[in-house]
Amino acid sequence: MTVPAGSIPVVEFRGIEKVYGDGDYAVRALDGVDLAIHPGEFTSIMGASGSGKSTAMNVIGCLDVPTAGSYRFRGVEVGVLTQDQRALLRRHFMGFVFQGFNLLARTTALENVELPLVYRRVPARERRRRALDALGQVGLSDRATHTSAEMSGGQKQRVAIARAIVTRPSLLLADEPTGNLDSKRSVEIMELLTSLNRERGITVVMVTHEPDMAEYGSRTILFRDGKIVSEGVAA
Amino acid sequence: MIWLTLSMALREIRRNAMRSFLTMLGIVIGVGAVITMVTIGNGASAQVRKEVSSLGEDLIMIRPGADRGPGGVREAAKSFESDDVHAIRSEVPGLIAVTGSASRSATIVYGNANWSSTVTGCDMDYLTVSGHTVAQGRTFLPTELVSATPVCIIGTTVQKELFGVDDPLGLRIRVGTVSCQVVGVLAEKGESSMGQDKDDTILMPLATFQRRLAGSTDISSIQLKVAKNQSVNVVQSQVEALLAERRRILPGKPNDFSVRNVQEIASAMSSVTTTLTGLLGGIAGVSLLVGGIGIMNIMLVSVTERTREIGTRLAIGALGSEVLLQFLVEAIMLSVLGGIIGIVTGLGASYLVTSMMAMPFVVSAEIVLGAFAFSMVVGIAFGYLPARQAARLNPIEALRHE
Ligand SMILES: Nc1ncnc2c1ncn2[C@@H]1O[C@H](COP(=O)(O)OP(=O)(O)O)[C@@H](O)[C@H]1O
Ligand SMILES: [Mg+2]
Repeated sequence: MTVPAGSIPVVEFRGIEKVYGDGDYAVRALDGVDLAIHPGEFTSIMGASGSGKSTAMNVIGCLDVPTAGSYRFRGVEVGVLTQDQRALLRRHFMGFVFQGFNLLARTTALENVELPLVYRRVPARERRRRALDALGQVGLSDRATHTSAEMSGGQKQRVAIARAIVTRPSLLLADEPTGNLDSKRSVEIMELLTSLNRERGITVVMVTHEPDMAEYGSRTILFRDGKIVSEGVAA
Repeated sequence: MIWLTLSMALREIRRNAMRSFLTMLGIVIGVGAVITMVTIGNGASAQVRKEVSSLGEDLIMIRPGADRGPGGVREAAKSFESDDVHAIRSEVPGLIAVTGSASRSATIVYGNANWSSTVTGCDMDYLTVSGHTVAQGRTFLPTELVSATPVCIIGTTVQKELFGVDDPLGLRIRVGTVSCQVVGVLAEKGESSMGQDKDDTILMPLATFQRRLAGSTDISSIQLKVAKNQSVNVVQSQVEALLAERRRILPGKPNDFSVRNVQEIASAMSSVTTTLTGLLGGIAGVSLLVGGIGIMNIMLVSVTERTREIGTRLAIGALGSEVLLQFLVEAIMLSVLGGIIGIVTGLGASYLVTSMMAMPFVVSAEIVLGAFAFSMVVGIAFGYLPARQAARLNPIEALRHE
């Protein structure tokens, strides 16, 4: 995918470091990462377990703050923001998909998808309409009143994706979204993410340790020991 | 947003209906107990006041023994004599009735039936003062009063126990060791607020009582009825002075008898019920506190259980303050809901009890509002800590929580 020259990156890391603990026990989870992700890209992050993929995702998602370095989100320096301001960034610009789905227990699919709109103060009718629309996009219109206990893993992850895209975020973050799914469901989820990226223009950053899944992205980044060791654009 | 937070809390409570109910139970019982205790206590006090004022506020009762206040032990002291009664009658102005009486319990026998009751030796002024009237037969004749004739007037309870539905007039019964003729039956008066049966009584002339039953000339109680235009307090102090002189109480020494008007007795009695009400209400209040701790406990469990949910909400963009509000509102709603259920059941229970005991049902708005406000305060006080704990969770750790 070609990047228009001069466009502001959605995510821009410069010398990002994240150190857990101190002294002899210090772990450098991120060790000087430079990275730019542009609007419309589908970035796959790969690497061995413990290489810093999730830490990088947490920093991108403003859930965690780096120990050193500069992180600009859509041109805004995140380092100077308060915790609440970072929460508002997430609320308005980001959607999250987790390996463990993280749907609310004993709550219907529709209510789960409505949740981000609740925090955005969207009125009830509008909320419902948009949530149903998002469920339609992930092919679950007929499961709106099902609770997570009544759905398969693949369906749960699709509800989670609907919840992540219902706010029309500029950035969708997915940390091993297919980690708990069999290969058939994984392919379905990947096709869904690809179509959301292509057709809706949502920027996607996805962590995976399966090369098959990474291939769906337009670009793959490989982490090792907290550093980016290679970067390749998909054929 | 307030409305949304409320409906979210309500959903959370419904999502775990059974647990929510058990959590509320402490508050329900606490508030219910407070309301019940106070309402019944108020009813009892109102009952005492009503009863005493029906007796007439112009009554003075004199008993031997120093007065130690409500619940105090009465010291044994010398009884009164008939001369004391005569002295009051002739020397204290403004009295409608003066009566000296003595009582003891005795076994009453008629045929095969026997019954234990209180026998009072008295004159006819006693009827005026005690509010009794004769429903059948007659009162004592002056000659009977003087010559210690063995006659008696019985209450309806004694009548029922000994004679059933038969007419007792003119029949002879045995009162203790004295064989005596029934000349009258008192009108029914029912129970006092203290649960005492006022119809379980037998009256006989004081002289008869003293000579044939007691074997002494002691008088254990003097009662006075003050004329309408007369000050009860003035009469009271006159009587006190007179009796102190007759009983040779040295100046500055405490009296060995008590002179009290009905007002004083009423307030003493209702102060007992008020104290009891306060005490029981206090115990019930402690159970409210326990209920609050129960809410805190469950909310803390709930925060731990829903850690991943909180992490998800924070990741989606909830502010810490919004999570705090959510859990706080949930706790407040639990305790207020418990409070409302408690108020309703408390009022229901006290209505049942008061109507069963024929007491007035006095709802105190202050107590109802107070219980409501208190349950709200309990919710805030005991919900804050768990809510703050939820709001302070680190989103990454919360999301990873198993
Ligand atoms: N909260 C934490 N405290 C201490 N060390 C951590 C914490 N989170 C991650 N790490 C460490 O940082 C490194 C990178 O972890 P992570 O980003 O989760 O790796 P990945 O997702 O690639 O498996 C690992 O060595 C991990 O043990
Ligand atoms: Mg990881």
